Amino acid sequence: MAIKPLALTARTVTNALGRGLDASLSALRCGESGLRPCDFEDAALATWIGRVAGLEDEPLRGDFAAFDCRNNRLARLALEQDDFAAAAAAAAARYGPDRIGVFVGTSTSGIGATEQAYRQRDPATGALPENFDYQHTHNVFSAADFIRSWLGLSGVALALSTACSSSAKAFASAWRQMSAGFCDAAVVGGVDSLCLTTLYGFNALGLASPRPCRPWDIERDGLNVGEAAGFALLEWAEPEDWRVLLRGYGESSDAHHMTAAHPEGAGAALAMEQALARADARPEQVDYINLHGTATPLNDAAEDRAVLRVFGPDTPCSSTKGWTGHTLGAAGITEAIFVSLCLERGLIPATLNTRQRDPELGAGVVLDNRERPLALALSNSFGFGGTNCSLLFGRNAG
Amino acid sequence: MSAWVSGVGVCAPGLPDWPSGRPVLAGSRPYGPEAALRFDRVRLPRNEARRATLTVRLALQAAGEALDAAGLDAGRCGAVFACAGGNTEALDALCQALLEPERALSPGQFNHSVHNAPLGYWSIATGSMRPAVSVGAFDATFAAGLLEAVALARLEWRPVLLVAYDTPPPLALRPFRAVGAPFGLALLLTPEPLPGSIATLRDLRIRPGAADSLPDERLERLRLSNPAARALPLLRRLAIGGSAALALPYLPAARLELNVQVR
Repeated sequence: MAIKPLALTARTVTNALGRGLDASLSALRCGESGLRPCDFEDAALATWIGRVAGLEDEPLRGDFAAFDCRNNRLARLALEQDDFAAAAAAAAARYGPDRIGVFVGTSTSGIGATEQAYRQRDPATGALPENFDYQHTHNVFSAADFIRSWLGLSGVALALSTACSSSAKAFASAWRQMSAGFCDAAVVGGVDSLCLTTLYGFNALGLASPRPCRPWDIERDGLNVGEAAGFALLEWAEPEDWRVLLRGYGESSDAHHMTAAHPEGAGAALAMEQALARADARPEQVDYINLHGTATPLNDAAEDRAVLRVFGPDTPCSSTKGWTGHTLGAAGITEAIFVSLCLERGLIPATLNTRQRDPELGAGVVLDNRERPLALALSNSFGFGGTNCSLLFGRNAG
Repeated sequence: MSAWVSGVGVCAPGLPDWPSGRPVLAGSRPYGPEAALRFDRVRLPRNEARRATLTVRLALQAAGEALDAAGLDAGRCGAVFACAGGNTEALDALCQALLEPERALSPGQFNHSVHNAPLGYWSIATGSMRPAVSVGAFDATFAAGLLEAVALARLEWRPVLLVAYDTPPPLALRPFRAVGAPFGLALLLTPEPLPGSIATLRDLRIRPGAADSLPDERLERLRLSNPAARALPLLRRLAIGGSAALALPYLPAARLELNVQVR
């Protein structure tokens, strides 16, 4: 039997395409990428990135000054778009601020603040500057704490940190904790921001592409690190609900390798199958799959096997990483919200930058935008440590 | 919402495992923090074990003990790994390396730096593909992890391993984050009783108010020294037996209330 669905009653995204839903939607429609050659701080790396413009000039002030770091600035920027904060306030008035949970995925949180503090170490003693605030910036809970404080919510709160599946898993946690009665509604989302650790880290792993990334392309050669924040307000769906619904989710572990995906995509397939099972849906009912699609040679190959195993070659799929870059812990929420927009607008976005599909790969990857009504769509997010999460969203025909 | 505690693991100074920690927590043996940490249940392949940081070993030791106590196959268990600070040794190494002119990060350190590294190693070591999550909530991490683990166990109707662990931060961060001794514990939670189940946890709810402290001064200091050690009042109740209403620390001005009944 299908699980009780959750409605996305408010949502917002901010990423390299701009601030708010409209910026992302219009870029998706016209095929305009947000990627640029790396110009983050003094990083001297031959790669492309998905940077959110203007964060450097918008510090958090006043009561929120302690939270000031790139990651929380990005969270604030996102919360202020699309009337999201107002929707959360209205929900707080309906349910009570202590009955709304906050579930936030992040991978590196505000580690940039610690990077800066290390650079400002006292040359004699090695001490970090006194004004460094680890709890409110770098700690993994910092963003969840900030978001909760900014929105005036006082219910359960949790940071989820499973690398690149983090904010997809926020949906699963919210569904569980709402079902358990620990909260009546939830703000879910994620935020990850550019930092030297991830830029140089992916470079050290040989996974950062020197060009705009090209998922599923025969010449794909790596990912582009991006930054993003996004949020959704989740409430139990009403009968005949016209909004986009979370219909199912699936989570699994590869139990294979810390950084390499399972070559057959076994864990990924399991996550997709569970998402379908929770929605009581068959693979052929799914109209579109938003792939994790990072554009590294091995990850795309593993995901391709998994998609073929569950769906075969005919389900239209694409990766939107060519627009935003890989926004790591924020990828799950970013692409969940892209999928919700696609469901509403009847849009299957292209796999941007990809010119020639790798003949070794068989999934139904589309290279040009298509317009057609969509009822069910899946979003995949997979991460280091072999952590997988698939989310199935649907919309009633109306 | 309720769950059964069907296995316990602990790895902390003076509490090297559950059988030897139990009388200490019950008050029948004095607490002495000098007893060394033990890592005899870390189930990692030899080459992985060599590279594993203290954070990873702490988590896997506690997890291994709880699982062995319950006598369950890890492949059946979901997992909630709850840690406030993450893999601090790896994060420190990365920030140090970024100070060097060439900024040559070690791929291994980068892999280890993700918050879910212990969970990743756990699933590799046990072969478990079940749903698993890595979470944090600063000093409320244990209570937040317990809520998630109980919800997961009940809604998926499967055993769930809750592992809470934190290690002291690297030297540079110590003035900014007070975590004393390393502390790890694990509870194997099941939605229904098993022959070896030792207690039920019932009526979990968040309410305003302060949390319980411990009567023993040294154990109280340990409780306050590490986010994972905030679980000590629950472990103490499991050690003493009987039933009690407990209040564990949650986010500021709130606490996690629950009723514990030991078999």
